[in-house]
Amino acid sequence: MPMSAALLVLAILALAALGHWSGARFARRARAAGQRLPALPVYYGWYVALWTGLPSLLLLVLWAATQDWLVRQILLAQLPPTLAALPADRLALELTHIRNIAYGLAPAQGASPEVLAAVGEYLRLRGLARMAGWGLALSAAVGGLAFAAAQLSPRLRARHAVERLVLLVLLLCSVVAILTTVGIVLSLITESLRFFARVPAGEFFFGLTWSPQTAIRAEQVGASGAFGAVPLFAGTLLIGVVAMLTCVPLGLMAAVWMSEYAPARVRDIAKPALEILAGIPSVVYGFFAMLIVAPVVRDIGTALGLEVAAQSALAAGLVMGVMIIPNVSSLSDDVIRAVPMSLREGSLSLGATQAETITRVVLPAALPGIVAAVILAFSRALGETMIVVMAAGLAANITINPLDAVTTVTVHIAMLLVGDQEFDSAKTLSAFALGLVLFFATLTLNLIALHLARRYRERYD
Amino acid sequence: MVSTMDMHLPATSAEQAVAPPLMQARGVNVYYGQKQALRDVSLDIRRGEVLALIGPSGCGKSTFLRCLNRMNDIVEGARVEGDIRLEGQDIYAPEMDVVLLRARVGMVAQKPNPFPKSIYDNVAYGPRIHGLTSSRAELDALVERSLRDAALWDEVKDRLREPGTSLSGGQQQRLCIARAIAVSPDVLLMDEPCSAIDPIATERIEMLIEQLRQRYAIVIVTHNMQQAARISQRTAFFHLGELVELGPTHEIFTAARSEKARDYISGRFG
Repeated sequence: MPMSAALLVLAILALAALGHWSGARFARRARAAGQRLPALPVYYGWYVALWTGLPSLLLLVLWAATQDWLVRQILLAQLPPTLAALPADRLALELTHIRNIAYGLAPAQGASPEVLAAVGEYLRLRGLARMAGWGLALSAAVGGLAFAAAQLSPRLRARHAVERLVLLVLLLCSVVAILTTVGIVLSLITESLRFFARVPAGEFFFGLTWSPQTAIRAEQVGASGAFGAVPLFAGTLLIGVVAMLTCVPLGLMAAVWMSEYAPARVRDIAKPALEILAGIPSVVYGFFAMLIVAPVVRDIGTALGLEVAAQSALAAGLVMGVMIIPNVSSLSDDVIRAVPMSLREGSLSLGATQAETITRVVLPAALPGIVAAVILAFSRALGETMIVVMAAGLAANITINPLDAVTTVTVHIAMLLVGDQEFDSAKTLSAFALGLVLFFATLTLNLIALHLARRYRERYD
Repeated sequence: MVSTMDMHLPATSAEQAVAPPLMQARGVNVYYGQKQALRDVSLDIRRGEVLALIGPSGCGKSTFLRCLNRMNDIVEGARVEGDIRLEGQDIYAPEMDVVLLRARVGMVAQKPNPFPKSIYDNVAYGPRIHGLTSSRAELDALVERSLRDAALWDEVKDRLREPGTSLSGGQQQRLCIARAIAVSPDVLLMDEPCSAIDPIATERIEMLIEQLRQRYAIVIVTHNMQQAARISQRTAFFHLGELVELGPTHEIFTAARSEKARDYISGRFG
């Protein structure tokens, strides 16, 4: 079946290619006949090709997205009264069952005759829907081709038309990107609202215990369901702070060295080398943290007579800090280098040493940009998941001791959604609430960073 | 306090001629990579006078200026040959501390470059890094004196805490002059100090230069012939990296010996 869908797309593309060829041929012939065309032949080709391909492909996508829903609606309307009278949740279950039989995912034996009849109907409707969709797409392609071909004339301003169409495509792409973002945020908000309908916001934001196991059956024990997220926030902050304490000094000093001291040739090697750190997948950092750094931190701690948890905040934070060094160093290097040379010369010509010039003139001048870089890095640290999933553990402790095990918001979002879950339990929904909090935290940080960076740019451009 | 500077105030030209020059440059060659920017330049810089460096763009006058406080050191690939002395001391000698040299040979850039700090902190920058004052009151007094000497005090005395960048272009340039003289240099180097500011502000700075001449040796690069004629006592004409002619300003402007200098001054090229 995907095979034939691919064939359909190929057919549409072939029609478009045909359109391109015929449009261009028309224009070339008109030119050869001595007519002055308002655009180059290639635009006439694209004019026909776009009219052929665009509407039909868009239609195909739309149809593919809606046909399941359509089939379902028609099937519902035709169900025998014994099935149609069922309560909504049972009905949904039956529909799923019908679909599973239709797709061969569930055995047909033992199903009631009504269900079997519905399966047959479902298969018939689906076949029909698919044929209709393909027919629609193909006729749109042929129709578009015919329409565009009919428009072809030496007076057609094909370049303008093509440019308008391309503009439309660009607009559509940005609309898709924006709508996706809006959709994600909206779903986060609505699911979070459902969560807050079950768990009071006060408990979530100020409760000190996180234990999201809720009782599925009334007699279940040990599943009280406490949704106080403060331990998660505290853990996230603790690991974030450890990461910042690692990456800010290292990244900033690396940036100062690269921008102010390193000869151009060394810099050209050192900067990309540092940026490779950003290219390492975070899962690699994760097992590095778990298998190497955590044991080393623990051994050192034990040697010093300290009690260190196997999965300490320190180990996870250190590795995360190393991971975001390039975020700090690369951006800081850019802003430091953007400080005008005339300021450095002004300071040096007053008899300041290079170090005095850097600490008293260059860094203060670059400060807004550096702060922006640090904030962006912090926001990255808050949202980072893989390292903490692997290295930070699950214990929801409230502590400021980096040698203890803590857990983070991201770890728990991952944990909450792994495995079989009821979709509307408070436990699952809490993931959305956590995600929403995280989203707003990083959004705020990013906006602040953006604002600072813009102010900085205004100052020196 | 009767300083050595005051003793120079009434100096006659005869005395100046006898007194050893403050700075001496002999046989200076400068290379940027392969390209030679300056060829065998020799001249003296004397107390109490303004020396104007003129010549078409790319003739090496700014390069020469930057040799005098070793600002060419920070240009990658720049190499300076020859002998430049400040009161007899070779400024390119290994034992020369470039920080101390620059404290004695101050510089004002072409484009005003106040630090992104308050007006007060801009002026106090040099005194602070050199530890010139021992108390807040002393520093306040030094800042005020420098701003007065730069003819800026009356305009900024009520807004010393505002950023230096909030001033107008001409005020910013005077702030940079105040910043330079706050460390009491012997020589002030100015690289086209008026090229980025308007004519009225330029006039104020020219008046200021005339006053500052009493206490500092001033070397100024300018593209403005009238300016050179108005404010300098001696003029050096550079062309293609060579010092073509050097002499009293009125002579250069009225009876230059070389044809190149005459053509340039009369505006026939440049």
